[in-house]
Amino acid sequence: MSVQTTPGDAVVAANNLGLTFPTNDGDVVALSDVNLTINKGEFVSFIGPSGCGKTTFLRTIADLEQPTSGTLTINGQSPEAARRARAYGYVFQAPALYPWRTIAKNIALPLEIMGHGSAEQAERVARTMDLVNLAGFEQKYPWQLSGGMQQRASIARALAFDADLLLMDEPFGALDEIVRDHLNSELLKLWARTQKTICFVTHSIPEAVYLSTRIVVMSPRLGRVIDIIESDLPAERPLDMRETPEFLAIAARVREGLRAGHSYDEDHV
Amino acid sequence: MTRALPILTVLLAIVVIWYAAAIGMNTPWQNTLNTRAGLTDLPFTDFALQTWAQDRPLLPAPHQVIGEIWNATVALELTSKRSLAYHGWITLSSTLLGFVLGTALGVALAVIIVHNEAANRSLMPWIIASQTIPILAIAPMVVVGLGSIGITGTVPRALISMYLSFFPVVVGMVKGLRSPEAIQLDLMRTYDASPWQTFWKLRWPAAMPMLFASMKVGIAISLVGAVVSELSNAAGGGLGVRLLTGSYNGQTIQIWAALFIAAALAAVLVMLVGAAERLVNARMGVRA
Repeated sequence: MSVQTTPGDAVVAANNLGLTFPTNDGDVVALSDVNLTINKGEFVSFIGPSGCGKTTFLRTIADLEQPTSGTLTINGQSPEAARRARAYGYVFQAPALYPWRTIAKNIALPLEIMGHGSAEQAERVARTMDLVNLAGFEQKYPWQLSGGMQQRASIARALAFDADLLLMDEPFGALDEIVRDHLNSELLKLWARTQKTICFVTHSIPEAVYLSTRIVVMSPRLGRVIDIIESDLPAERPLDMRETPEFLAIAARVREGLRAGHSYDEDHV
Repeated sequence: MTRALPILTVLLAIVVIWYAAAIGMNTPWQNTLNTRAGLTDLPFTDFALQTWAQDRPLLPAPHQVIGEIWNATVALELTSKRSLAYHGWITLSSTLLGFVLGTALGVALAVIIVHNEAANRSLMPWIIASQTIPILAIAPMVVVGLGSIGITGTVPRALISMYLSFFPVVVGMVKGLRSPEAIQLDLMRTYDASPWQTFWKLRWPAAMPMLFASMKVGIAISLVGAVVSELSNAAGGGLGVRLLTGSYNGQTIQIWAALFIAAALAAVLVMLVGAAERLVNARMGVRA
């Protein structure tokens, strides 16, 4: 969980990154002047109100959107080359499981596409299902599982092909708070075990502070990064640490950043 | 029983209305006949029985139609030119061949439309235009035209069936192949899946509900196409020919018998597609 910047460690490096969507009502600026380096093994959260560009940034890393200015490299490559090298696993807001496939078959989907043999597929599916505590549900169809279990299956699917980078776009946004707490602590354990680099988009302050080694606060105006907060919380994080003064101090700083970003809007209301 | 009761009730109502209508519609002709024969002051029950037993009634009674179907199927040799089983088989074979060809053509066009922007913009208007031409105008040209170059029998008739049945399949499959959500497609992109993989692992399975829905429409109008095409070549046989000769000769019972066989064929074919759908659904884990 090193936050020390050494050039060879950079998994994601953004320089003056900008992205503007042309629309009928004129251009919409989704990202501007984003400068950020994410190192191997970090857990970085992106927080901000809806429309602040946090999802766009994640999609740009994934080569699902194309930047209009600046540079972006993933493992020293272009986003497209990284995508072609299957450098990341992506977890969407919804589970996006294919309803005609069993859970095991859904998790095997990327392995089929990437041409793994059937023995290896079975081994990886079993391993990742175990990792997300879904063992025993292999032959169920998605509709037979709860929302939280479906999202765990989609995380297993993103882990199945052993990419070192995990991009998660509000994966628990649609779940109730109890399930969300549970999945958050499971995600931390999973991160500790797998040593992956995780980029995590959220609009929940406690979630961002609880999970991250670094928190990137984004403004709703022009998709700017307002603040980057290094978390000094210990690696071991029980759920009740969310009441400690250290935790609350970081949460307060995140909230302050979000308020600063919002003040633009309030001036105009 | 709870399912059978409403169905039987409706069936009973239809039969009652039908017999009543037969009395009403056949009364003028029966009156003429009775006046000629000097029969007057018949009791109503006798008169009703007369209207249900005419040789060429305006509306044959159900038992006359069923009797004709019996006489023209079970009671006849299969090879007889008057056998409805023989004519039914002619219609069924061109229906099935046309349906298979039409479904294949429809799926192929939908695949091209979904994957190629130029085809998307240019093909659809032509496909829709093709269905605005009355099939009655096209069928004789195709059947007679192909006949003049020596192609006769099932194939020209199947082409008419194909012409009708490909349409619902194209429209349905374009919709079906485009039904995957954006994130399901994005997911494929994050795996760097080839278009081929995206098609077989996502678009095709996602299109199954639309495929079966459009095949049910397709097989029914395929039968209509087969019957219409038979009208252009009375020597070729088929249920359409029975309808045609029946109407030339005023043989209403024969017309209705052929209609019943055609309707029953269509119902069985649609049910077969439904059975195939249930089979596929079970394999795809669709919630029962």
